[in-house]
Amino acid sequence: MDAADPMLPRRYRVIRATPEIAGVATVELAPLDGPAVPFAPGQFNMLYAFGVGEIPVSISGDPARPERLIHTTRDVGRASGAIVALKEGDMLGIRGPFGSSWPIAAAKGRHALFVAGGLGLAPLRPAIYHVLNNRADYAGLTIVYGARSPEELLYAEEIGRWKSRLDTEIEVTVDHARPGWTGRVGVVTTALPRALAGTDPATIEAFVCGPEIMMRFTLQALAAAGVPAERSWISMERSMKCAIGFCGHCQFGGDFVCKDGPVFRHDAVADRIAVKEF
Amino acid sequence: MEVRRFDQILAEHPLFQSFDAATIALFAGCAKHEHFRKGERIYSEGTPADRFYIVTHGDVALQLATPEREPLITETVHAGEMFGWSWMIAPFRHSNDAVALNEVRAISLDGKCLRGKCDASPALGYTMFQHWVPHLLTRMQSLRLQVLDLYGVKA
Ligand SMILES: Cc1cc2nc3c(=O)[nH]c(=O)nc-3n(C[C@H](O)[C@H](O)[C@H](O)COP(=O)(O)OP(=O)(O)OC[C@H]3O[C@@H](n4cnc5c(N)ncnc54)[C@H](O)[C@@H]3O)c2cc1C
Ligand code: FES
Repeated sequence: MDAADPMLPRRYRVIRATPEIAGVATVELAPLDGPAVPFAPGQFNMLYAFGVGEIPVSISGDPARPERLIHTTRDVGRASGAIVALKEGDMLGIRGPFGSSWPIAAAKGRHALFVAGGLGLAPLRPAIYHVLNNRADYAGLTIVYGARSPEELLYAEEIGRWKSRLDTEIEVTVDHARPGWTGRVGVVTTALPRALAGTDPATIEAFVCGPEIMMRFTLQALAAAGVPAERSWISMERSMKCAIGFCGHCQFGGDFVCKDGPVFRHDAVADRIAVKEF
Repeated sequence: MEVRRFDQILAEHPLFQSFDAATIALFAGCAKHEHFRKGERIYSEGTPADRFYIVTHGDVALQLATPEREPLITETVHAGEMFGWSWMIAPFRHSNDAVALNEVRAISLDGKCLRGKCDASPALGYTMFQHWVPHLLTRMQSLRLQVLDLYGVKA
């Protein structure tokens, strides 16, 4: 980020644009105005589609390879639609990275549990990469991923590769499926007991990302399974403007999601995530 | 190979663990082993729900027939889990189809016989509902989350 002016976007060029599931695409970007910028897993950038608008999008690439800046975006409106439509060679303005991060390095020695819902796998992926890159540092690695249907599983090929690793436990579940799908069907919380069987809940550090209702029920299920609230982390979304704690757009109770979040410890926000008006 | 008795298996199962030995023995008296081949239909929607099942091996799809399309799988059941709950609640008819996704081994219990025993001993029925209604509520909550379509763009 340009330390002199965090409000000034830097130019990036799309070096690869990959369609993912319907309405979702991943772009790989290279900076035009200087060196690659390091980031921590869970942080986000403000992506500026020239002439259209600027939106927060999590970084979904490998933190050990910051030269490959990767974002996965779902088309839900004007700005996100313009980003999903980007082609190789197109330009994009970027400010960031901003915000708090998954404390994955600090979780060294623990059993890393990732629970992702839908597109929530994208903000978790950098932390998953970190654990995979440093697997011997962690007592275990479990990924539980829920999506609407088999056709809406993000990064399906990569999940297949993770599944084939002997040191990684993966439970994938979809909300509904047609015959031919041989995996699990049921909401993500129903996959947790099996994923956690045989693991001492006190050794787990849980990282949860997905729609807010999904996170709320997942946190309840984790608490019921004995995972302490101070060992559970979530990532919040609120619409943003400045991303640097000035405008108040992203207010969430007493916090600003852009500066104090997006990653929060469960016990710090437990009283708020169930309340609609926050 | 040691053949484990139904009462031993049931006593260790999370959904039966807290019943007393006499009730477990009563359940065990209504139990039998089942084996289903891949693709085999275990029961069909609308048919009498006279048995319920505990999967000991394999995976089962619970699905709904949808007009002019393939059926929709709404839930899968895996080793250690129980399905076929309609035996507990009138009109005692299955509300979906159950199909073996692979080679399935299960223990089935005679729900019709158990209903008779509950009629004769309401205390037994009360104990059973006390034990299993919380589990049924958790399942209902899960189904509600599915219906909410959490991962839809506007969720
Ligand atoms: C910290 C953070 C990280 C994020 N990471 C990602 C990411 O990795 N990938 C990604 O695709 N998106 C991510 N988002 C969400 C993304 O910023 C929004 O989808 C985007 O701002 C929508 O802007 P728009 O101009 O395209 O749509 P708008 O025109 O602003 O909105 C169009 C419609 O989409 C709805 N909408 C707006 N925001 C969201 C939302 N967050 N989720 C669902 N519907 C919404 C609106 O209610 C409206 O109906 C993140 C948001 C935050 C705060
Ligand atoms: S977006 Fe301006 S304060 Fe957070």
